[in-house]
Amino acid sequence: MSTDSRAASARCWILGACTVFCLLVPAAARAQEPQTPPPDDAVTALRKEIEALRADYEQRISDLEKRLADLQVAQGQAPPALPEETAPPPPPQETAQAPEAVPPAEPTAVAEAPAEPGTGGGGGEGGQTSNYFNPSMSVIGNFLAVAGRNHTENLPATELRESEVGLQAIVDPYARADFFLSFGEEGVDVEEGFITFTALPAGLLAKVGRIRTSFGKVNTLHLHVLPWPDEPLPVVNLLGGDEGWIATGASVSRLFPVGDVFTEGTLQVFRGQAEGLFEGERRGDLSYNGHYRVFADLTEASNLDLGLSYGFGPNGTEEDADTRLEGLDLTYRWKPLQTGSYRSAILRGEVYRSRREQPGGDQNAVGWYVSGDYQLARRWFVGARLEAADHADDETRRDTGKAALLTFWPSEFSQLRAELRRRHYSLTDEDANELLLQLQFAIGAHGAHPF
Amino acid sequence: MKRIFSVVLAFAALASFSSAAEAKLRVVTSLQDLSSIAQAIGGDRVETFALAKGYQDPHFVDAKPSFVLQLSRADLLIVAGLELEIGYLPPMIDQSRNSKIHPGNPGYLDASVGCNILQRPAGQVTRAMGDVHPYGNPHYWTDPGNGRVVARAIAGRLSQLDAAGAATYQKNLAAFEQRLTQKQAEWGARMAPYAGTKIVTFHDSWPNFAKAFKLNIVGHVEPKPGIPPSPTHTLETINLIQSQKVPVILVEPYFDRKTPDYIAGKTGAAVVVFYPSVGGTPAIKDYFSLFDADIDAFVAAMKGKK
Repeated sequence: MSTDSRAASARCWILGACTVFCLLVPAAARAQEPQTPPPDDAVTALRKEIEALRADYEQRISDLEKRLADLQVAQGQAPPALPEETAPPPPPQETAQAPEAVPPAEPTAVAEAPAEPGTGGGGGEGGQTSNYFNPSMSVIGNFLAVAGRNHTENLPATELRESEVGLQAIVDPYARADFFLSFGEEGVDVEEGFITFTALPAGLLAKVGRIRTSFGKVNTLHLHVLPWPDEPLPVVNLLGGDEGWIATGASVSRLFPVGDVFTEGTLQVFRGQAEGLFEGERRGDLSYNGHYRVFADLTEASNLDLGLSYGFGPNGTEEDADTRLEGLDLTYRWKPLQTGSYRSAILRGEVYRSRREQPGGDQNAVGWYVSGDYQLARRWFVGARLEAADHADDETRRDTGKAALLTFWPSEFSQLRAELRRRHYSLTDEDANELLLQLQFAIGAHGAHPF
Repeated sequence: MKRIFSVVLAFAALASFSSAAEAKLRVVTSLQDLSSIAQAIGGDRVETFALAKGYQDPHFVDAKPSFVLQLSRADLLIVAGLELEIGYLPPMIDQSRNSKIHPGNPGYLDASVGCNILQRPAGQVTRAMGDVHPYGNPHYWTDPGNGRVVARAIAGRLSQLDAAGAATYQKNLAAFEQRLTQKQAEWGARMAPYAGTKIVTFHDSWPNFAKAFKLNIVGHVEPKPGIPPSPTHTLETINLIQSQKVPVILVEPYFDRKTPDYIAGKTGAAVVVFYPSVGGTPAIKDYFSLFDADIDAFVAAMKGKK
């Protein structure tokens, strides 16, 4: 070791020691503070403090009792029999919602009891109040194991395909925010990160940020709520790959009820770039999407969901070359409300068409899938899927596939799924038979069940 | 310009028409029990709609867009709270585009506030305990005393939203409370002979009912909330029923009766379908007939045992 580096390392040591010292001294000082007064004094001080607290509480309770009595007198009522246990503090609403403020005009004075300090579960201590407004957090693990041969779409034998971290909270009285960070085994993507303005006039709902576009049905769903472990071929071939169409921009939607039938129109404007789909060079090259959804209850137990989508944007193959996308989605659900039988069924299907302007001739590619799920028992589901899709950049190449599925839910928070899949790839003219085994597990805040 | 004017006029006409049509307060509730109480208090001045039907598991309600439409038109949303609706309601409130019913606004009423809530976990809560509710057991309306608290809260909120009807709401509340007091005495008298009876229930929906009518819940068919019965736990339950001489097993109408029936066959205990909510059968049309029906079923089962 040279003298130079020795000197340098000595300097490092001195610096490090100084830093540690600086950090420790205040901590030690803090630790010693309570010991400075003699023990007897401390006890007296504590006693005084408790006395003061007690007096304070008694005062508050008698105030409350007085208010209660006043209110009852005002309403001409006999005092009610109060519940034996003290009224609980109001819980934070649905974790993501702001706690409800009890309006002062409430005649039920019992409801105001939670205003007492010290009962505010965890929020009472000064240092904890910042935690109170933390977003609700969840992590969903998506593990995939694959067996069989496939030279075209070479999925690894085992993979933690996605760890999706969700962070959700109310921003202010006008908006809420949702972030979904998708961690692969290496690297992170912001799958979605957007603000939703929920209190706009004229029945509008606006989202701004990075979102899964409202094109079709499965494209709007996160990977972990899909009824299969993989994305169907029309999404892979026509919407830019496994991830589907995710874009950054703004979205506005409005309800257009027709009697008691729900219909909703959505208009979206995004930057002209989306992975595998749009590649606008200029700032003014934007992409657009429009979606119209109709939902009707057929009976109490069954309903029909229909969507029409139209999107377009620059594909970057040459100047002003656009890709235009059309989509039709249809979902039929049957689920008796009296769930004791544990039977339910969902049938869904989508058709997409992609018209891509490119050198050498426009490509008119079509893709579709049909899928069904049937609930066998409280926690068991079987399913099947048929799919086919041309390639967006080559309408003559068509991939096809079929799959059978079995799903088991140990609890609401974990899911095991097996898919037996056969796909034909036009590029390699290969038929691949595979078994996909998926294990999903969720921790953290209880999210809403997908519908 | 003329055209714009006529359009504005048309809108104004439409607006006045719709405000005339909105004479009634629209109340949407998560449960039929809350609708029933709201209807009793609101009378002719309100119209109510319940999202979950009484024979449906209130934990698993589909977030159907048709419900979003109901919420978009609501003046008041009444929820059971304690995260009972967490699986479907929060996203629907956002999609309703109706800020009146957002939590924190007068159009949002959490009925659990002020109620006697049981089983509020004191220590650490993890999902190893099953699908637990960290804010306490959300099936609190099965205690008629809590129904009274809810009725008062609803009357207060309706009076706040519709000041012109305040006198009506207070009058209806007084009538509701009087009837409830009378009914509570009747129910109490009918259940008094069975005070201290040990019971097993399917899901942990009944602690408030048990407390109100002095029953003693000794076990559940579910090993943990939301976890279906396992063979080991079923055997344990059979042993429990035999050793503790439990006469009845209460089962909510939305659960599979296979396991309870099997246990009953092994032990001789009676399976009683117990309705936790108004609307569980067409006969259970309001909050009072809910207790009438359940107590009838319980008393009939207990008489059959003797």
